[in-house]
This record gives sequence, C-alpha cells and structure tokens, in this order.
Amino acid sequence: MHAIVQPSTKPLTSNPSTTIRSALQEPLWLKITLIAIALGFIFLFLCLPLLIVLFHAFAKGVGAYWEAILQPDTLAAIKLTLLTALVTVPANTLFGIAAAWAITRFEFRGKSLLTTLIDLPFSVSPVISGVIFVLLFGMQGYFGEWLRDHDIKIVFAIPGIILATLFVTFPFVARQLIPLMQEMGNEEEEAALSLGASSWKMFFKVTLPNIKWALLYGVLLCNARAMGEFGAVSVVSGHIRGLTNTLPLHVEVSYNDYQTVGAFASASILAGLAVVTLVLKTLLEWKQGNR
Amino acid sequence: MSQSQIMPGFRPALGFTLVYLSLIVLIPLSTLVFKSFQLSWDDYLRIIGSKRVLASFRVSFGSALIAAAIASVFGVIVAWVMVRYSFFGRKFFDAIIDLPFALPTAVAGIVLATIFQPTGVLGKFLLDTFGIQVAFKPLGIVIALIFISIPFVVRTLEPVLLEFDTTMEEAAASMGASRWQIFTKVIFPNIFPALLTAFALSFSRSVGEYGSVIFIAGNLPFVSEIVPLLIVTKLEQYEIEGATAIALTMLLISFLFLFLINLLQLWTHKRSGQL
Amino acid sequence: MSIVLSDISKKFGDFCALDHINLEIPQGELLALLGPSGCGKTTLLRIIAGLERADTGKVLFNGQDMTDEDVRNRGIGFVFQHYALFRHMTVFDNVAFGLRFKPAKLRPSEAIIRKNVKELLALVHLDWLADRYPDQLSGGQRQRIALARALAVEPAVLLLDEPFGALDASVRKELRLWLRHLHQNLHVTTIFVTHDQEEAMEVASEIVVVNKGKVEQKGTPSKIYDEPHNDFVSRFVGQTNVFHLEKDDAHWLKSAGIVFDNPQGVTAHVRPHNISVEKQINGTESAIVLKDWQHLGAIIRLELVKDSANGAGKTIYAEMPNDAFRHSALKRGDKVSLFIKHAHWFN
Repeated sequence: MHAIVQPSTKPLTSNPSTTIRSALQEPLWLKITLIAIALGFIFLFLCLPLLIVLFHAFAKGVGAYWEAILQPDTLAAIKLTLLTALVTVPANTLFGIAAAWAITRFEFRGKSLLTTLIDLPFSVSPVISGVIFVLLFGMQGYFGEWLRDHDIKIVFAIPGIILATLFVTFPFVARQLIPLMQEMGNEEEEAALSLGASSWKMFFKVTLPNIKWALLYGVLLCNARAMGEFGAVSVVSGHIRGLTNTLPLHVEVSYNDYQTVGAFASASILAGLAVVTLVLKTLLEWKQGNR
Repeated sequence: MSQSQIMPGFRPALGFTLVYLSLIVLIPLSTLVFKSFQLSWDDYLRIIGSKRVLASFRVSFGSALIAAAIASVFGVIVAWVMVRYSFFGRKFFDAIIDLPFALPTAVAGIVLATIFQPTGVLGKFLLDTFGIQVAFKPLGIVIALIFISIPFVVRTLEPVLLEFDTTMEEAAASMGASRWQIFTKVIFPNIFPALLTAFALSFSRSVGEYGSVIFIAGNLPFVSEIVPLLIVTKLEQYEIEGATAIALTMLLISFLFLFLINLLQLWTHKRSGQL
Repeated sequence: MSIVLSDISKKFGDFCALDHINLEIPQGELLALLGPSGCGKTTLLRIIAGLERADTGKVLFNGQDMTDEDVRNRGIGFVFQHYALFRHMTVFDNVAFGLRFKPAKLRPSEAIIRKNVKELLALVHLDWLADRYPDQLSGGQRQRIALARALAVEPAVLLLDEPFGALDASVRKELRLWLRHLHQNLHVTTIFVTHDQEEAMEVASEIVVVNKGKVEQKGTPSKIYDEPHNDFVSRFVGQTNVFHLEKDDAHWLKSAGIVFDNPQGVTAHVRPHNISVEKQINGTESAIVLKDWQHLGAIIRLELVKDSANGAGKTIYAEMPNDAFRHSALKRGDKVSLFIKHAHWFN
C-alpha cells in the first residue's frame, strides 16, 4: 500500500508513534510519583519497624542487649521456641509430602474436599486455634478431668504449645507441594518405574529432586510461623516464665513489664529470623524460577 | 492429565493424611461445635447479643474493612510499580514486602505500638502536626491491620500484572485510546477480580488477627476491643461458654469468607480462561 | 517378544475407552496404533506397558500372562509423549538410570554401565551431548535421548506414545525414517501410537486402526489404504470422496454425468487419484467445472464443482500427476468429464 504523501501541517509532537508511546506508558512525573508513593509506603510500614527494633534493642548499649538475651528466662524461651519448631516442622513436612502425594498422584472421592480441609487452619483466627485445644484438654475441657487424674498436663504446658503450633502451621508444606506436583504430572515417575526403579528409588531419585526447592520453601515458611506464632500459643501457654513462654510470648511479657530493652532484644532475634527467612525465600524463589 | 493406577503408596499416604488431619485439625475444631451444642439457643443469643460483644464485632469488622480497602489502594500502586517500573533497589523492596508474613505478630505489635504511641517517631509527628492520635485508638487497629494486609494484596496482584497481555494495551493504543482510558477500560477490569480476591483475603486475615493488634489497640471495651481479644479475656475469666459462643461465630464467619474467596478465585480463573 | 491382547476393556467412569480389544502382535513387528484423539490408543499402549490396568481381559507376552505383572517386571521400554526426561539429571545419567537402579544382583558394574550408555548415545548420534541437561536440548534431541534411555534396559518390547507429536515438521520427517531404520537393525517388537495416518504409513510395517475403543482394521499400510474394511478406515486413512447413491447424490451424479458401472453398495468412496479428469471439447455433456487447482509438488489437486451449484453443491477432489496435468492443458473454469477408475463400496 502506498500512502499519498502530503506536506505535513501537524506539529511534530503529535505524530502517531509519539501518541502511541504516550498511550502505552505513564508520563515521567507520574512514574516518579507512583514510585515515591510505593517506596514511601514500604519504608514507613516495613523498613521503619525493622530499624525501630534494632534502635530500641541497642538503646542502652550492646552490654544491656546481651544481658537481656542471656537472662535465664530469655534463654528458656529461645530453647522452648527451638524445641517447638523441631517437633512441629518435621511432622508437618512429613504430612505435607504424604498429602501432596495422595492428592496429586491418585484419583479418589472427596479429593477436593480434602484439599479444602487442609487449608482450613489458615482461615481460623490464631486465638481460636488456641481455644479449641483448651476446650479439649483444659480443666473444663472434654479430657480435662481424665488428664488431671492421670497427672498429665497438656494445656498450660509444652504439649499444648506444640499442638497449637502444629495446627497453625499445618497447611504450609502441603500447600507448596500440591500445585507444583499437580503441574509436574507423573510422567517422570512413570518413566522411572518403566525403567525398573523401586518405589523408594523413584521417590528419592526422581520425585524429591524435582520438588526439593518447593519443599524447602514450604519448610522455611512453616518454620518461620512455628517460631513466631503468638495468638494460638498465648492462649494455651499460660505464660509461665521460664517454663511455657516461647520467644514471642517472652516479648509480650517483657514489653508489658516495661522492660523495653528486654522486649526488643528478644524481638530482634525474631526480626533477625524474619530477615533470614526473607533472604532464603528470595533465594529459593530464584532457584525455583531457574529450574 | 491422566492419573496412574500403578503409582505406589496410595494407601499409606492417604491413610496418614486422613489420620493426621483428623487428629490435628478436624477433631480439635469440631470440639468447638460440640461445646456450643451445650448452649441453648437463648444462651447463645444472649452472649452474642450483649453490647460488649456486638461492639467488639463492630470494631473488628469495621477496622478490617477499612484496612483492607486502604491496603488495596496502596497494594495496587506497589504491585504496579514493582511489575512495570525498573528502578534502583526494586528487588530489595519487592522482597521486603513479605516481611509481615515472616515477622512474628508479637514483634510487629510492639514495634507498631512504639512507633505510633504519642511519644513515638510517627505518633508524635501525627499528634503534633494534625492532632491525630493513632495508638490506643481504633485508628491504631487499622494501622496494624494494614501492615498485615499489604503482602496479601501485592502478592495476589503481582502475578496477574506480570501475566497481563500487554498486546491488549497496544491494541487499545492503536485504536486511539489514551493512557488513562487504557488503564480504566483495559487494565483495571482485568485485574479487578484479583483485587477483589486480595481484598477478601486481607479482610479475612485481619478479622482474626491478634498479636499485631493488641499492643497498639489500647483494648478499651466498646471502643478498641477486638473479637479475638474478647475471646481470650472470657477464657481467662473462665467464661468458657462465652468464649465458645463467640469463637464459633467467628469461625463460621471465617468459613463463609473462605467459601466466598473460593468462588472469587473460580470467577477469576474463568475470566482469564485458565479453567 | 510376541504380544497377545485378549478381550481388553477399560472404562474411565462412564466413558468406555477400550471395548473388548483382541490383538496379536508377532515378534519383531513395527506396529502403529492409529486413530483420532480420544479413541483409546494411548490407553491401550499404557495397558501393554503396565502403566494402566485393564478392567477385563489379558495381556500375554510370549504366551506368558502379564496381566497383573508390575510395569517394572515386564521388560518394556516406554517413550513418553513429552519424553519425561529427568530434568535434574544429565543426559548420561538419564540413559544410565535404568541400569543403575537394577536390583544389586542384576546390576552391571559402573564400567559396563558407562560403556553401554556411550554405545547407546552413539546409536542415537548424540554422544557429544552426554553432559548436557534436558533443558539444553532441542525437541528432536530429547526425543532421541528418551529412546536411548528406554533402550538401555534392553527391553523386549519398545512402546512409544505419539513419539513425534511435539516436533517440528522437518525434524519429524527425519526421525520417522530414523526410527524405521533403527527398528530394522534392532528387531525389537515396537508399538507406537499416532493420530497421523501419514506417519503410520511411513514408519509402520503393520497398522492397527482404532476408533471409539474398538479395532477397526489391522493390516499392512497398503492393505489399509487399498482395501479399507469400512467407512471409518477409508475416511481416516488417506483422502476420499464420498458418494451416497441413495440420497440426493443420486440425482446430482446423474445430472453431472458421473456413472458407477457396477454398484456394490450404497456408499462409494473414491480416492482422488482414482478419478481421471479430461477436458471437454464441446462442453455440453457435462456440468462439472474445474473451480480451482493446487500444486502439491509431484501431483496436482483439482477442485471440481457442478456448474449450476454455484459453490453450494458438492466439491469433488481429484489428483493427477504433474506432467499429466500439464499435457491436459486444463484451466480454471474449464468443463470436464470425470471417469471413476476405482471405488470402495460400503453399506
């Protein structure tokens, strides 16, 4: 097609390519404003809190910080937090793998209901996640009397904390694995079987290498929540210092006692955990993207 | 995709899944329902209908609604900026958006309370300049819930914006649409379902939120007392029935929301033709 | 290894994927399972492999009942449609997989494994890719590695699911011939699934046409093409013109001056090359017009319509060799006479 060439009467600025470009991109001033709003928002809501934690933790110097951390109550809280994570994360990881395997590799009745039920704990308020265990195992709960008669303590003791944490971190691993394994399909596993691999070899040599980054991702998020859970644990723990206080509970107790340095020193450990989690998470996302 | 019958491990995997799910989730959750059956209908209505409980529901839902709305607006801007623009430190800022997911709520709670209390960095500024007090007021609750909501909105919108077919914009531009028209008529309608989902997600998370709120809220009955806190208070005062009734109501509302969110996501998928 | 399938049926819910299939496949055959998508051919292949269980019926290998035998013990090699190469392993490790994970007693030493894998990679002409990962290979290379991997365990039966489906047209052509030659060298019983009749004709020594879970016909490519058993096979394999003698076609044919000398049924299927076309000099007898023609290389395809039909009527396709077309001096719009040389009759 040949265009009829006419002397241009229009000014240069409104030639079609410029018009289209301006319709595809925001003007510079708007771009800068939007970036400024976004970054300002992120700074105020996300960066500032991290800085404040450090500021108050070290407000009275490094000595006071270490003193606060080395207190027996703080150390006991750290220990309990680690213990909780050590029990709950492996348990929920094992569950996540089993659930993802059952759901993505087989057809059965009620599969979508099962998938929904697995996600259930995410939509339950943390406080309610604690309450249900009090209702089961507390003094007025269903098993309260029996437990008292047999001298077993669950609520206001470590088992209760672990149960509540298991509940709130329940879906993390399964939720990472299910969509990935669904998308992967099972051709590679069938190939391994057709080549004569045993079930375990198929799992460890083919399935696991393929899901490892997503699995680690789920474990990471599960661990962060297990160590940081507050609401559910606070309901079942009873806040006994040195015994049933996890680190987040210790932060609360110290803060309410106006031990600012103590509260923020403990908080700094948890904030550090959060930052490490974010860094690892970003690395894992990068790994998964590169796969 | 075909599901194979020859894959090993169906029985052990499903068996373990069902037993574990029942022990950790289903049986404990059903306790709440069974415990509520011990209440008569009148008792239930008396508890839920009491002024303090109603007020706490108003506070929880009201602040969650406002927070989700504000977070949605800023979330759209943040997601847009992260996906469409490149600038120094973008990866860093994008990574830090997940902080509220990773930071224990107790830490978020004391930090926000510290920042916004009348002597805090921002609290003092807001009080001196605008006469606004944030901490120990319902506004404090909103602030904490915005903090909690940001990643929900941004992380729901980002993939949608990333996958957005920019040739649609080019098509609109070739037909003479302005940038503003393209945004309102082409881009926004396409991200709207995701935005709605994000809103619902952050709302449902906010309603149940406890740790990050209680430090900044002031917890004044009738004014800044949220439902989860009221449940804890009742429990600590050994009003098991009261706690149970309120908790069950909360739970049912959460499930209603879960259902709603599922419908929304179904709708989103249908619209984008990925079903 | 010879394979016998007797009375194989399989349902998925209400959908009947396979309906009482009986089939015998002699040792050393290169067989194509040909059919439209959803006809059950892949399910049949997976049942032979042991990746799927039939609801009823038996699978026999060399007369031995394999129906309930695990896929691992059947001695088959399976090439998946999308190759299913292990993404986290190198090409070498992929091919070595089957040998390395044999039970300890049967496992060859690592040195022998290395030697075998190298030979296999040489066989598929890809020995220079041993250290690459599947992501770094082209489609055709992946396909050949998948084949090498399946061959590594020295299967008695080689099964391929749409082996060329995901490849570019040119690569596909090349690999088809290569597979045929490979089979001539190895002589392992080979079954492949395809929906492409041209591919089945080109590669296979024997074709089984499957439709709606049933075997429509089994035979050599020339039998299938020249003597189709039924309407479906005739339409599915190769092109054909369909004339219903009892319906409105009867009148149409008469007025067009087309005559079937010796009707043996109600439906006539005529392959395009079985219609010869001649230019009419005086242009009164026939109402058939050459509407358009396409140059397909060695042959010319003619689109013929009835003059008065105005495009609304039937189009008849005929084919003639390139040089014959040139001699005939046919042009668009010419009136022509048609002679049916051969037809297949169905009821």
